[in-house]
Amino acid sequence: MPVQQLEGSRAVAEAVALCRPEVVCAYPISPQTHIIEAVGAMVKSGRLTPCEFVNVESEFAAMSVSIGASATGARAYTATASQGLLFMAEAVFNAAGLGLPIVMTVANRAVGAPINIWNDHSDSMALRDAGWVQLFAETNQAAVDLHLLAFRLAEELSVPVMVCMDGFILTHAFEPVELPTQEQVDWFLPRYVPRQELDPEAPITIGAMVGPEAFEEVRYLAHLRLLRALTRVPELASEFETMFGRPLGARPGSAVGGSLVTSYRTEGATTVVVALGSVLGTVKDAVDELRTEGHPIGVVGLTTYRPFPAEALHGAVEGAHRVVVVEKAFGTGGRGFVTDDVAIALRDHDVAVHTIVAGLGGRPISEESLRRVLATAITGDLPAMSFLDLDMGAVTAETRAVRPL
Amino acid sequence: MTLESLKKTPTKGPPPRGESPATAGGTTLPEPPPSAEKRLLRHGMMPHMLCPGCGHGIVFEAMLRALASRYEQLDDVAFVAGIGCSSRVVGYIDACTLHTTHGRPLTFATGLKLARPELKVVVVTGDGDGLSIGGNHLIHAARRNVDLTCVLFNNEIYGMTGGQLAPTTIPGAYTSTSPQGNAESPFDAARLVEAAGATYVARAQSYRTREFEDLFLRALDHKGFSFVEVMTDCTEYFGRTNRLGNGADLLFSQARVEPAIDADLAGRSTLKEVRSTPVRPVLEMGVLHESSRPTLEESMKLSGAGS
Repeated sequence: MPVQQLEGSRAVAEAVALCRPEVVCAYPISPQTHIIEAVGAMVKSGRLTPCEFVNVESEFAAMSVSIGASATGARAYTATASQGLLFMAEAVFNAAGLGLPIVMTVANRAVGAPINIWNDHSDSMALRDAGWVQLFAETNQAAVDLHLLAFRLAEELSVPVMVCMDGFILTHAFEPVELPTQEQVDWFLPRYVPRQELDPEAPITIGAMVGPEAFEEVRYLAHLRLLRALTRVPELASEFETMFGRPLGARPGSAVGGSLVTSYRTEGATTVVVALGSVLGTVKDAVDELRTEGHPIGVVGLTTYRPFPAEALHGAVEGAHRVVVVEKAFGTGGRGFVTDDVAIALRDHDVAVHTIVAGLGGRPISEESLRRVLATAITGDLPAMSFLDLDMGAVTAETRAVRPL
Repeated sequence: MTLESLKKTPTKGPPPRGESPATAGGTTLPEPPPSAEKRLLRHGMMPHMLCPGCGHGIVFEAMLRALASRYEQLDDVAFVAGIGCSSRVVGYIDACTLHTTHGRPLTFATGLKLARPELKVVVVTGDGDGLSIGGNHLIHAARRNVDLTCVLFNNEIYGMTGGQLAPTTIPGAYTSTSPQGNAESPFDAARLVEAAGATYVARAQSYRTREFEDLFLRALDHKGFSFVEVMTDCTEYFGRTNRLGNGADLLFSQARVEPAIDADLAGRSTLKEVRSTPVRPVLEMGVLHESSRPTLEESMKLSGAGS
């Protein structure tokens, strides 16, 4: 397939259209809007047909309309970000509870207040336990590939899937992207056959109340269904590679991809950096520099974040005695979300887990700053939790200005 | 009316200098007072982010002028805004300002008013913020008759996110999410709010700022839920996408809904063609509804209510 230079949003819209969604809901919110606008244009031009493109009155309606569409057996898609994702939270949980295979793109953006339109991971992290599969794209190629995987996985397991891609950094960036053909996608993603659907010929009830006598079992079954993704994601990734002739998520010309976790220069590494999303590129550059200086350091990227690939991570950091998690979100008053997952996954390991909170609200994560902080990790001087490039002058001025706690 | 009828006659550039409608037909309107309203601005926030020709700037200036005629300082006025181009203007006012999540300013304002009933509360919202994602709150604020003033800037589109379909977009209009032309019916915000129980409902337009100032001041004086819908123009997304001309074209096309001005404009060749490009259906302007019933604060017997 020819490699094209595409905006991330455009590339995702193309990938989504290749997956033939039948209902697409649109509500504007930056930095997601380009995706939905591009899909709308394809519906208008007749390229994507049959497809209903619905302009809804809010994100809450976007997810609710998607649920209704999915319940009738239609392939449903929507995209959102930040406040939009939080506003639709009730329906996001509902979609998972009903086991509806909706696919949604989250163009990761900070959550207010204060209002901020730039990238971090606070939005999808807030909904990490809503019962959806969460996949994180490192590049625009990965974003394209993960959408193809998402529809297939969602429909096989009857679970909704969120594909997370960094707002602006990926959605608005032009990168070389290889798009598959319609024929290839049709082979990889067969027609959706719902497990159950609303059909007047054979009436069923969806969404009925469940009391204490069975609620726990329903939840446990949803848990098992979601965990099946840990087996199916690598299997589908291998099928993907056979079909498309390159590993899932591999940049054009590269043979490096991955489905649950991706490892980079981890051979003999005693320090491993764990991260997700587009920041992995910068992390790898910083690690390259440190490797040149002779430090045994490597990188593990999380492509699948929910369900958490604990076993795969366990294997990927084998031999390391220090793990540094670079996170674009954190629990105020607590720790990094990914750090907690990593620490639990590695609890039997003799390994120190550190958090570096970075890139909040779009703050650039420079290779230089990362390298400097990772060097302190190697010398054992990195605190358990730190904030990259925190302006302590501004913090001190503010804490002095307000009355003492 | 559909966009097809709008597109038949392309709009021309702005009218010649010196022929502003204010002096058209020999009617001379009084000059605006020296810019007293500037003292109410947060000068550090300038320059503002509104696009050249945007109707919001015109309405905002008129709002400030009205406020300046009433207040030396805005210490006893609280402004609450949502998200969008309209809501953004509140950031430029030197007063107590509360910036909320998308669609929710009326709920934040209700809490604010109930906690501090002695304050004058003004909500600035837009058609996307107030009628779409926050439409539910709008009708409930009207139903409760909370004593506050809501100014809804209606530019028929989501401007800040780049021109998407709004619940006020006229049928047939092109937006970035209605490339096939809008197939939906728009809300009549004023009538909706009146039906929901608002006790003062008015409609103005960015073309006639004097009338807007008057309607806005009357809304501030009104006890109960007062609502002013003001029709403004988004030049960058609505105007350009639908090839309706620039800011001046859009503004003058608003004028034709006024019979007197319409008659004046008829004699001017440069405006004649603008006359045949109605950007909006002819809407009733002025006070559309006024009534009296106990406010929420009065019903709750809050001290300071009604001041």
